[in-house]
Amino acid sequence: MSSIHVPTRTQGLFRLPRMSGWQISTSLICLLVLVPLTTLFLSFLHPEKEIWEHILQTMMSRLLINSVLMVTGVALCTGILGVSLAWLTGVCEFPGRRFFSWALLLPMAMPTYVLAFVWMGLLDFPGPLQSALRQLFGTEFRLPEFRSLAGVIQTMTLALYPYVYLLAKNGFATQGARAMEAAKTLGCSQTQALFRVALPMAWPWIAGGVLLVVMESLADFGAVSIFNFDTFTTAIYKAWFGFFSLSAAAQLSTVLILLVFLIMELDKRSRKKRRFYQAERQQTKAPRIKLPMHLQCVASTCCTLILLLAFGLPLSQLLYWAVQIFEQEFGSRYLYLLVHSASLAAIAAVIIVFLAFVLAYTSRRHPVGITQWFIHIATLGYGLPGTVLAVGIYIPMAGLDNLLISLQDKVLGSSTSLLQGTVLVMLLAYTVRFLAAGFKAVDSGMHRVTPSIDEAARLMGMRGPKILMKIHLPIIKGGALTALTMVFVDVMKEMPITLMTRPFGWDTLAVKIFELTSEGEWERAAIPALFLVVTGLLPIIFFMRKSES
Amino acid sequence: MKTSENVALSIRNLSMSYGEQTVINNLSLRLKQGEIGCLLGESGCGKTSVLRTIAGFESPSSGEIEIDEVLVSSDDFLLPPAKRSIAMVFQDYALFPHLSVEDNVAFGLRKTRKKQVREKVREMLELVKLQTLTKSFPHELSGGQQQRVALARALAVEPRLLLMDEPFSNLDVSLREELSVEVRKILEQAGTTTLFVTHNQQEAFALADTIGVMQQGIICQWDAPYTLYHEPSDPFVADFIGEGRLISGHIGGDGIVETGLGPFPIPETYGTFVQGEKVSMLIRPEDIFHEDGSGLQAKVLQRTFRGAGIMYELELHQGGIVQALVPSSCDHLPGEKIGIRPSVGHVVIFRQPLESTF
Repeated sequence: MSSIHVPTRTQGLFRLPRMSGWQISTSLICLLVLVPLTTLFLSFLHPEKEIWEHILQTMMSRLLINSVLMVTGVALCTGILGVSLAWLTGVCEFPGRRFFSWALLLPMAMPTYVLAFVWMGLLDFPGPLQSALRQLFGTEFRLPEFRSLAGVIQTMTLALYPYVYLLAKNGFATQGARAMEAAKTLGCSQTQALFRVALPMAWPWIAGGVLLVVMESLADFGAVSIFNFDTFTTAIYKAWFGFFSLSAAAQLSTVLILLVFLIMELDKRSRKKRRFYQAERQQTKAPRIKLPMHLQCVASTCCTLILLLAFGLPLSQLLYWAVQIFEQEFGSRYLYLLVHSASLAAIAAVIIVFLAFVLAYTSRRHPVGITQWFIHIATLGYGLPGTVLAVGIYIPMAGLDNLLISLQDKVLGSSTSLLQGTVLVMLLAYTVRFLAAGFKAVDSGMHRVTPSIDEAARLMGMRGPKILMKIHLPIIKGGALTALTMVFVDVMKEMPITLMTRPFGWDTLAVKIFELTSEGEWERAAIPALFLVVTGLLPIIFFMRKSES
Repeated sequence: MKTSENVALSIRNLSMSYGEQTVINNLSLRLKQGEIGCLLGESGCGKTSVLRTIAGFESPSSGEIEIDEVLVSSDDFLLPPAKRSIAMVFQDYALFPHLSVEDNVAFGLRKTRKKQVREKVREMLELVKLQTLTKSFPHELSGGQQQRVALARALAVEPRLLLMDEPFSNLDVSLREELSVEVRKILEQAGTTTLFVTHNQQEAFALADTIGVMQQGIICQWDAPYTLYHEPSDPFVADFIGEGRLISGHIGGDGIVETGLGPFPIPETYGTFVQGEKVSMLIRPEDIFHEDGSGLQAKVLQRTFRGAGIMYELELHQGGIVQALVPSSCDHLPGEKIGIRPSVGHVVIFRQPLESTF
């Protein structure tokens, strides 16, 4: 890669817009995002009137109400839970604080749909809790139905609160001690200072965390299908695989896209504010608030309880199920599933990190202007739910395939489908969805290679490829490794894209879990779920070791 | 200077330590109503700790603090910061980023009526000349403007004592002098008793009525700027404040000190000396004049060009080094000999002989 020498061209007669190889590659990556989006919105050109009317009459209001209630509930609950836990572990002092500080992140290892089916198995009518209660209070005893809005909110809160927790803790940490001290000299008590200064100052971070949660819950497919709770993602799935109407699925997707873009815009604003809210220089850390004895007990108990409900109990239940069923269930097909999942994830991770490098280099060579917009567009995919992307990628690929088939017909006289039903569609969809995660990790590594480092190397007589190998790669290695791990784990856990675009018979762990849980076979789903939980622990351990050092 | 006999701040025998390390060592000071005091010293001398102890952010190991004749801190009693009727301007200003300028200034005025709050905020912003920026947010302001907002926010609560921690250190050097004069005007106008800390003596001179030079947790000298400069009480203060060198001397007869620059009369404020006693004497650069015809010759060791003048470091014939600030038209190279004439306005001598001072 001749990243160092800017080619000087003689001016020709025609003045084409001059684009470097970097810019061209980035524009191509942009197309990966733009083509599906355009396809989805163009679907309104061919409305399938009957199905669309059916959707409007029977589903639309329920979908909207369900989504709004679910998102509001989850946002409120994760907000309160995440901020309280962040305040306790980030600012106060109580027994076990150090342990909880990282342990409260563990639920991140558990995919939402895994948590959902474990809790479903625990609280269902035939489940252990209700059975025990029936034995105690007689056969008429019933718990409120867990397949409900409250159940969805409870599960998603337990699965997603770590996002708010992590960001809010960051927010409190960047405040430093001065602002609170200033509030106290101006007559505020500790509690008043918390509500008038610390919380408002942490708000951009809290909002960022809550918006992330909102985006995740809107995109969720696995958990809501376990609850039989209809949202846009399940409706898109049903439109495609129930009514066999791709255009209805596409049209439903556009509603979801608009919601997501709204959330992304709000998130952008909160990010902007964070810059101004950060204390300007390294500050002395505030001494931790030593809670009174009874509050210390409350704090420790609360943290323990949340950790148990979100991680300890579900994990034990999974292990219990797995051990119970291991003999009869476990076999070589699980190794196939594991190999499928892992190889898909590995291939996707390598592709994505490579593209992330291309984007990061482009961003470095063209730090201002329209190229930055291209990069922004190329990384928009992280907000697009898997179901939406599956539809958005499948339609144009199918179209391209048909074109290729007719070409083959003309030239060869016979034809086979080249693209549909291959892993290529899946990989493209993964790329769009997870490119942002990879780019962020690689780019933050790239920022450590300042232009003056390049200049110093060139003054010492180093050339392009050598600079890349000897200087850039060693510096970016950490960021690239983070990117690889994160993308790998994300793809392993991914459910809707895999479910909707996989080649026939190509099952993965996530797809297996979907199939088993849709028949209520919680015990049998435990083994593939455990594989995923263990994989999910990798980046958390990675992250914790990094933050400790 | 509005001063009356009321004592606004009184610190008696204050000590504080972090673990083994003593940060404040049996320190006492008083500020009169409306007086502007300053603690001046290198970083790590304990000056900021004194400020934070007065504010109530650190607890002293012993000693008493009274603000406006109300006890706020003693061996067995600590009033929380919020109840001390003080206000503080922090080094980084600690403006609340989520509040506009006027809301920042109004922050401490909660128990007041809305109309009065608005009135007070307007008055404060007029005082610091920021009337036009009421709706702005801190990140939209320059460093100097932020500092004035911090000052307005602190003064709005009408504190009995204002504390300022390195108030100008975050500003451009060119702004500092201008602002310190302005801040002094504002504080005089408000009549607020103030204690601030700095490591920059120019700021201290520009802003303070009284300065305490601090070293290792104690105040070496607590005096007006003029006295500090011209009558430093010990070699450390002499070295820390202003420029100059010590030369050795001995006591002659009739209240005279004999030095390499000749004899000088000893001021009466000094006690009696034994004849022949070895002492050291402070020579400021402005005490030495360059005179070509003078019989007193000195060798140029080093020259530093300073624009209007040249600072020479000169070796005296009888040994000893002094500095001289000479108009820059008189340019001499190192190694040359030049004629000098001493004219010492304030004779400062220390009982420590030269060898034991530095």
